[in-house]
Amino acid sequence: MVVNSVHWFRKGLRLHDNPALQEALNGADTVRCVYVLDPWFAGAANVGINRWRFLLEALEDLDCSLKKLNSRLFVVRGQPTDVFPRLFKEWNVTRLTFEYDPEPYGKERDGAIIKMAQEFGVETVVRNSHTLYNLDRIIEMNNNSPPLTFKRFQTIVSRLELPRRPLPAITQQQMDSCQRKIGDNHDQLYSIPSLEELGFRTERLPPAVWRGGESEALDRLSKHLDKKVWVASVEHTRVNKCSLYASPTGLSPYLRFGCLSCRVLYYNLRELYMKLRKRCSPPLSLFGQLLWREFFYTAATNNPNFDRMEGNPICVQIPWDQNPEALAKWAEGRTGFPWIDAIMTQLRQEGWIHHLARHAVACFLTRGDLWISWVSGMKVFEELLLDADWSVNGGSWMWLSCSAFFQQFFHCYCPVGFGRRTDPSGDYIRRYIPILKDFPNRYIYEPWNAPESVQKAANCVVGVDYPKPMVNHAESSRLNIERMKQVYQQLSHYRGLSLLASVPTIQEEAEPPMTDESQTSSGPDSPHRDPGDDAAGGAIVPDSSTSAAPQDEDDHCCRTHRVSAHSPCTSTGSPAPLGCHRSKPSSPSSCHAASPSPSPSTQTSPRRSGGGGARKERRSHRQKARHARESKREVEEERMEEEEEVEDGEERMEEETAGPQQS
Amino acid sequence: MGNAIFSCCEQKPSVQAELRSESRLTWRVTRLFTNNRRRRKPVRMKRGLQENELKDGGGPSGECKRTLKRLCEPTRERAVEAEGISWEHLPQEILLHVFQYLPLLDRAYASQVCRGWNLAFHMPELWRCFEFELNQPASSYLKATHPELIKQIIKRHSNHLQYVSFKVDSSRESAEAACDILSQLVNCSLKTLGLISTARPSFMELPRSHFISALTVVFINSKSLSSLKIDDTPVDDPSLKVLVANNSDTLKLLKMSSCPHVSPAGILCVADQCHGLRELALNYHLLSDELLIALSSEKHVHLEHLRIDVVSENPGQQFHTIKKSSWDAMVHHSPKFNLVMYFFLYEEEFGPFFQDEIPVTHLYFGRSVSKDVLGRVGLTCPRLVELVVCANGLRPLDEELIRIAQRCTQLSAIGLGECEVSCSAFVEFVKMCGDRLKQLSIMEEVLVPDSRYELDDIHWEVSKHLGRVWFPDMMPTW
Repeated sequence: MVVNSVHWFRKGLRLHDNPALQEALNGADTVRCVYVLDPWFAGAANVGINRWRFLLEALEDLDCSLKKLNSRLFVVRGQPTDVFPRLFKEWNVTRLTFEYDPEPYGKERDGAIIKMAQEFGVETVVRNSHTLYNLDRIIEMNNNSPPLTFKRFQTIVSRLELPRRPLPAITQQQMDSCQRKIGDNHDQLYSIPSLEELGFRTERLPPAVWRGGESEALDRLSKHLDKKVWVASVEHTRVNKCSLYASPTGLSPYLRFGCLSCRVLYYNLRELYMKLRKRCSPPLSLFGQLLWREFFYTAATNNPNFDRMEGNPICVQIPWDQNPEALAKWAEGRTGFPWIDAIMTQLRQEGWIHHLARHAVACFLTRGDLWISWVSGMKVFEELLLDADWSVNGGSWMWLSCSAFFQQFFHCYCPVGFGRRTDPSGDYIRRYIPILKDFPNRYIYEPWNAPESVQKAANCVVGVDYPKPMVNHAESSRLNIERMKQVYQQLSHYRGLSLLASVPTIQEEAEPPMTDESQTSSGPDSPHRDPGDDAAGGAIVPDSSTSAAPQDEDDHCCRTHRVSAHSPCTSTGSPAPLGCHRSKPSSPSSCHAASPSPSPSTQTSPRRSGGGGARKERRSHRQKARHARESKREVEEERMEEEEEVEDGEERMEEETAGPQQS
Repeated sequence: MGNAIFSCCEQKPSVQAELRSESRLTWRVTRLFTNNRRRRKPVRMKRGLQENELKDGGGPSGECKRTLKRLCEPTRERAVEAEGISWEHLPQEILLHVFQYLPLLDRAYASQVCRGWNLAFHMPELWRCFEFELNQPASSYLKATHPELIKQIIKRHSNHLQYVSFKVDSSRESAEAACDILSQLVNCSLKTLGLISTARPSFMELPRSHFISALTVVFINSKSLSSLKIDDTPVDDPSLKVLVANNSDTLKLLKMSSCPHVSPAGILCVADQCHGLRELALNYHLLSDELLIALSSEKHVHLEHLRIDVVSENPGQQFHTIKKSSWDAMVHHSPKFNLVMYFFLYEEEFGPFFQDEIPVTHLYFGRSVSKDVLGRVGLTCPRLVELVVCANGLRPLDEELIRIAQRCTQLSAIGLGECEVSCSAFVEFVKMCGDRLKQLSIMEEVLVPDSRYELDDIHWEVSKHLGRVWFPDMMPTW
């Protein structure tokens, strides 16, 4: 039988370590590499010019590499669901291969395509290579719910076998065996579109700081490793002002588009470490950024609402302000805080900013100063940031805005001091906000505090040539810390957990009052306490005990108990209906049964269900997961006693409190 | 059998167990009328009670127990035979109890079931607490309390309200709406009132007179206010006088951080008259020696919490000092009181602070603070319990932390943000404090590896001294 393969590129824009592409080549008579792109959709989507440019460059590089193997990239215009039936018939396709996409949107799209392929009698082969690990396996090992603290995640990862070894790049020989003639009209039909064709204006577009494509990625990888050798010899390097600029060894955008395989990076780092240190196994911290990426992918893979506050089971509902004007000032770098504005300018111009810079602007927009929803910030990053993965972007924003992944310390980055620590001379600011370049170092982070004479001498009067600061940071951070505490203390789930800097207070009568809970505004598990007079009767109990409370002698033990009993804090604690689930703890194995999703690396054609079905499956999976979480509580109580591992007790407790749970 | 259910709980069951069983009942009842499965009701109810008994080793207690008994025992048997319990005969106490656990919307649905349930819906006990959520679609993502509901509450239940709070978004309209409601609360007697700005402080945007007249309606009509939270509002001295004139005997808690229209004299008047005051939150500019003396007068109950926000309006602001003798008087009068201080100052403004001993227990530095000041903290804050340093310069805080560990023997919680500490000094600090450090939140970047410890070693070393597993706080590298 003739095998006509199509490999569908989405992410994973590379020829090295591409297992799905290898499957396409395997025993095939013909192979075509396809990228599906909808130019009309492109213009409308919320993706900025830098990201499109990066993508197009990556496609060109791919096409270029394929040319060297006497093949080409077929860029097909349209929507996948429209394109594939046409291609299947036209090319007499028998096998469709692509990389597994762990994100909910991708899973749904792929489900529909797989179903469609089935109808056309086309075999589909899906392989996992965008993440190091099989995410479903991590979730399974955490009792069928994604780990919500990084520590817990690391613990699980350390119990997993090493990620699969990367595959070599496809070879001329492999390609030759499934060669077909490229049509003369190939460029006419399947060329890579230009930015203009996608509706972007390119007259004054500066050259790209980050050049897309696999070749560039591999080039950077070797420089990156050289630098690591150097860094390893110097030991601890503090973040300095050089770190703020785009580095020729930076890799994050390449991982995002899959121009570089994360496994290739993983094994290169590992081998380098073992060569340098002569220790057999490197610490997990070596793979920091790769693991964070994995962490957020795991948290998001079964949560289609991961990118929003409403309906997102791990996200705390916070009464953010809607303020389009303030949001625009932030997004366009007009906040009046040079540090913030420089970062946003760099982001817009180049498409990348350092991770501490991301922390600074994300904190400023959300819990630090403007009290604007993280979702708005995430969307701006989605437009501008080259390495914005849906999962990593959403997850990081939730983290930095304290919306998920519980932290007890609401530390706000100062929009003046934080930058100054990193770059005391302010050269970074001068580069991205030239109007401020003549300010003396002393005032460059806070020009509004410069005497008028200094402002005039610098040819930049604040309020005229550069905006005044849009908020009083001291005032707004004070207010916001207060509000954040309010939000967390209202969540019965967190009550009794100490938050740092949460001031003790007298127990008020009947606090908090019953809300109008026709809405769920106060959070996923809004508490309602007994409002009766007998509630507290003016008893003096420092609530939300900071460790100051004398009765919290055994704080740790106390907390563990509270959490496991699911009735945190005071006697009037929330009667959470789910807390009464006291039936015999179901065995861990029965939990496992709740996740029947097929392993992504199996041949899925007969097993996968299509779009609608997939959604239903997911929903029921979510319900099961929720159920599993309840029973997990019980299971873990039991296991807690048995298990010897010291580290786990605390971690698990953290874990339980890491995300609010929806009842 | 029925007797057996209740006879085994002579000793008072734990509150938690009680709550659990009650909420279970609630859950079942709601399930019942939402699912509308008539036939299975009696059986379910029976099983539910048995499970309670089995699992909790006890059942509901007190009043509730007796009524339950009265209700369930005969009814259940009858019900089993008659295939249907007469829910309309559920006594009001039980209904009330159930209703207390239901969200308002569910109560509203339930009230449509029958006349009895409708009466229960309007029982005063259910309307003591209410939180008005006032949001505009343009400025908030959250829904607001329905205006019709607000109208109904004011019409039918305003005399029942006792514990009221307003959550107001950043819009002026919402703050105005809150004032409108406040000014209609003429025939009620509130015990607690909270005006909470959930985003920007929108009450500040209202004309002062408008806000004051609404607030004083409550002060005048509610003669027994015990708790008042009015942070970030334009409250002023005359309105505090009205508060004092009407509520001086009952006021226990007053939070009024960032109320720019109040003067030191205004707050002094409150302290002079309200002898039951146990918690007070205000800005530093309102703090005076006289105020502390007034709070430590013999007539005054022990103060429990005093929270002071020290915020500078513009850089270089001069701050007054408080005499050591005034603080001494406070400590003498209320030996256990918590003094919580939030500092949001520029580094050069710390001059007047931490020169003399100060009984601060919770200390929060919201922006960068110098090594010098932290050094003084070790010398002057013997009662320190919790310390949070959000930022410091680039020089490590080693000696300062060690000194704090030595001198502040009560210290049990610490958080460090943008600072630096060498790993050795940090380990030493933890060793000195030992397991009294209940909370230790240190950003990973804070710890600077040195010749003795690497970052990978430190969590073991610290865990060892704490007697529990510890890791530094991490932020995602992204």
